[in-house]
Amino acid sequence: MRSLYRVVKNLLPLNINLSRAGALTAFMAMALPLAGCTGSSDYPVIFPHGPDAITERDLLFIAVAIMLIVVIPVFVLAVWLPLRYRASREAPDYDPNWDHSHRAEVVIWLVPALIVCAIGSLVWIYTHRLDPYRSQMAEGKPVVVQAVSIDWKWLFIYPQQHLATVNELVLPTDRPVSLRLTSTDVMTSFFVPGLTSQIYAMAGMGTRLNFQPGPVETYTGRNSLFDGKGFPDQKFPVRIVTAENFKNWIDTVRKAPLQLTPHKYQMLSKSGAMPHPLHFSSADPELFARIVKGEHSAASMIVSSRSK
Amino acid sequence: MLGKLTLHVLPLYSPIAMSGAAMELLGVLFIAALITWFGKWRYIWNEWLTTVDHKRIGIMYVVLAFVMLFRGFSDAFMMRMQQATALNGHGYLPPEHFNQVFSAHGTIMIIFMAMPFLTGIINFVVPQQIGARDVSFPFLNSVSFWLTAAGAALVLTSLVIGRFTTAGWTAYPPFSELPTSPGSGTDYWIWAVLVSGVGSTLTGVNFVVTIIKRRAPGMSLMQMPLFTWAAFITAILMVFAFPGVTVAAALLGFDRFLGMHFFTADAGGNAMNYINLFWLWGHPEVYIVILPSFGIFSELVATFSSKRLFGYVSLVYATMVIGILSFTVWLHHFFTMGSSADVNSFFGIATMVIAVPTGVKIYDWLLTMYRGRIRLTSHMHWTLGFMVAFVIGGMTGVLLAIPPVDYVMHNTLFLVAHFHNMLIPGSLFGLLAGYQYWFPKAFGFRLDEWWGKTSFWFWFVGFYVAFMPLYVLGFMGMPRRMDYYQNPAWQPWLIVAAIGAVLIAIGILCLAIQLVVSIRRREELADLTGDPWDARTLEWMNASPAPLYNFAVVPEIHDREELAWRKERGISHDAPAHYTPIEMPCNTSTGVLIGGAAFVLGFAVIWNIWWLAILAFAGVIAATIVKGSVPEEEYTITPDQIAALESRGSGPLLGFLSPLEDERGDHSTHGLLNSIGD
Repeated sequence: MRSLYRVVKNLLPLNINLSRAGALTAFMAMALPLAGCTGSSDYPVIFPHGPDAITERDLLFIAVAIMLIVVIPVFVLAVWLPLRYRASREAPDYDPNWDHSHRAEVVIWLVPALIVCAIGSLVWIYTHRLDPYRSQMAEGKPVVVQAVSIDWKWLFIYPQQHLATVNELVLPTDRPVSLRLTSTDVMTSFFVPGLTSQIYAMAGMGTRLNFQPGPVETYTGRNSLFDGKGFPDQKFPVRIVTAENFKNWIDTVRKAPLQLTPHKYQMLSKSGAMPHPLHFSSADPELFARIVKGEHSAASMIVSSRSK
Repeated sequence: MLGKLTLHVLPLYSPIAMSGAAMELLGVLFIAALITWFGKWRYIWNEWLTTVDHKRIGIMYVVLAFVMLFRGFSDAFMMRMQQATALNGHGYLPPEHFNQVFSAHGTIMIIFMAMPFLTGIINFVVPQQIGARDVSFPFLNSVSFWLTAAGAALVLTSLVIGRFTTAGWTAYPPFSELPTSPGSGTDYWIWAVLVSGVGSTLTGVNFVVTIIKRRAPGMSLMQMPLFTWAAFITAILMVFAFPGVTVAAALLGFDRFLGMHFFTADAGGNAMNYINLFWLWGHPEVYIVILPSFGIFSELVATFSSKRLFGYVSLVYATMVIGILSFTVWLHHFFTMGSSADVNSFFGIATMVIAVPTGVKIYDWLLTMYRGRIRLTSHMHWTLGFMVAFVIGGMTGVLLAIPPVDYVMHNTLFLVAHFHNMLIPGSLFGLLAGYQYWFPKAFGFRLDEWWGKTSFWFWFVGFYVAFMPLYVLGFMGMPRRMDYYQNPAWQPWLIVAAIGAVLIAIGILCLAIQLVVSIRRREELADLTGDPWDARTLEWMNASPAPLYNFAVVPEIHDREELAWRKERGISHDAPAHYTPIEMPCNTSTGVLIGGAAFVLGFAVIWNIWWLAILAFAGVIAATIVKGSVPEEEYTITPDQIAALESRGSGPLLGFLSPLEDERGDHSTHGLLNSIGD
């Protein structure tokens, strides 16, 4: 599979990182009316800052441009044909038995097929390039963050720094990020529009999301998969900061009075949505692994208390 | 004695839910009162509820679909109004109500609106199109209908007694499991899906067999009209896909009722197993609701272009390819699950491949119009509107099939806009066009054209106004299913979408007015020939409404477009030399009893009334065994009766009171209809 991928990759001149010109034209045409209404920051998918999100946006516009080859003729024909051949005009070229043409059939099968080949190749290449699980080629030791989705908030554990936050994700701009995700019970989806890809957080499983944080910027992240009545409140600021500010922020969190003890964790899992971020000056780096194993789930607590 | 049923199950938590429940109850009482007033209970029971005639069962399916369309649209309207106003606050709906509303909307529109609608049209049309007197298993057909109706009744009941699920129409676990979704809601969903799912599977079996075994002599597979082909593939999909959702819902039920752990968050359960099973049904289901409409459009384009359908063979193969590929793409509903890039690419590309046969179909229809003589009736409006809107949905569908694009669009309103963009033009426009096209075949008079076109324009414009903003909101990163939100930039677009919902509401109102106006003007709109559209396929060779046996003499088939072939040769209405007796199955109340017992079974289990559940289950089994053990009762229509019925000709509501009697000049007995007009 991998060698096939390499062959395809070498055959196609796609190292030019998605013809920028084409993307830009399509993007300008679409962005102008949108930008007229509100600021571009309101359209994170169209005006992203994260490197992955930018490639994903470009891919979207290129695919639209390719598909317009079949879509525009449909618009034109669906309006022109009924006008040209409406019964009242009694067009002399009426041919009630014309029901087959090899040439037309070849065209209508082949053109969409070629388009699907083109977009399909993009799919193969870019799905591999943007795989959330891929290891980052970039320089620097990745920042590891473990995200736990709890009704209706996110707990972010920084195992390298032995700290944790609730509803605040801060990352340095100059290092790749390695995010691991899980959930305490219901399934959720970690989504920071404009920064990077979306990925599910599921109980008993750990998913991954590796990405480059891109320039200094502030985003709103959230859970995008409905998980109950506090769902709209399950959002958090994501700040990409300079290396220096990241260090300062770490120092601030280190001074926080709270510590993420097992007891605090149990309280967190019960407390519902949380409008303001929380900082924990210490956190057990093994906590995430234990949550994935289900040792901290509400249900297992009930079971263990019963068995006593 | 009454399980968990107490007074607390009434919808006292929200005045809006309460008034909805009151409206529903009043609606039922009003209809019951009307029937009583006109003294039609016996007629309704004998001629409709117990019928095994595929045409009448088809009509009942479509009536059910319209009732559920009204309910499902009310939910949609409430959602749009909520989101238009819910900036920084809770709008007018509390979360526990809003979350039921979006769950009910999806469940109803897919399973209890689109499914009965397409099943009804297939039921009504296919046997007539293939020259058959009925389906292969008329009694099973009745059972299928009543199981579907029982499922719909369970959903409607949940508004009055208890609540509906808040887990969305997909009921994803672990959220739909007991710890996070206590109460009756998800149980209602499970039982509605189980009961109606069995009905749909049986419908699938019935139509696969009917289409294979019941075609008129001379009709090879490649001579079947395209709607029959679409119905055939749809029926095959039903047989293979529906067990998936039935199993998924049943296992979820085991988790909830028996404390098992198939999909729970702990004790080794795995929610992704449910999600795979669900979409193994869910994706073919998308094609189940769209393919019949593709079939309808194929009929309409040829008929109203007065020209043979272009690229018949292509269209048939395209339909088959779509049917097969529909089973190979389910994973695209969860690219974000974290499967490997190889897996995601495979499913992404497989999904796009479906765009090829779909594009071919659109171009075949366009080429059918080329060099035709196109009559721009309301039916053609729906067809052309479909093409223009559907390609946009197809394009956004291919976008979502690109896994990296899906990573930024999944779960947003872009996705919601996309699938409504497929289902409203792709499925609903076709079904509504089919309803207006075959209405005269069912009732002997056409529907009013002006109101039909007006309805189309409100639907068409309303669709764009309601759903294009949702694409934009997807670009803004707004997730679906939000009861309230804090981002002020979203609100203008949500207000525009709400205006779109108002336009669609007017479109639905126009459909209702169209029906009333047409009933009043039925003599003017009468179809006196049985072929009001100068159509091309077999069903239009009969009188309108068709006699209960459809064809007095089963016709010999010569061509794909048999009626056009016969009209060309001037032999379309040659009376046969003599008639032979026809045997038809007797009506039976077993179908309605099984459906009723299935409803009681579901209701009893939901509320833990175990004695009643056991009783109802025993009832279903006993009825099935008894019915299966006695020989099918049939009655014979004599040649004299046939001759009389054939001489009756076409006209409004002929044979409606009692199919074996001539009703011409006896319209006064139709008290209910006359009270609308005159």
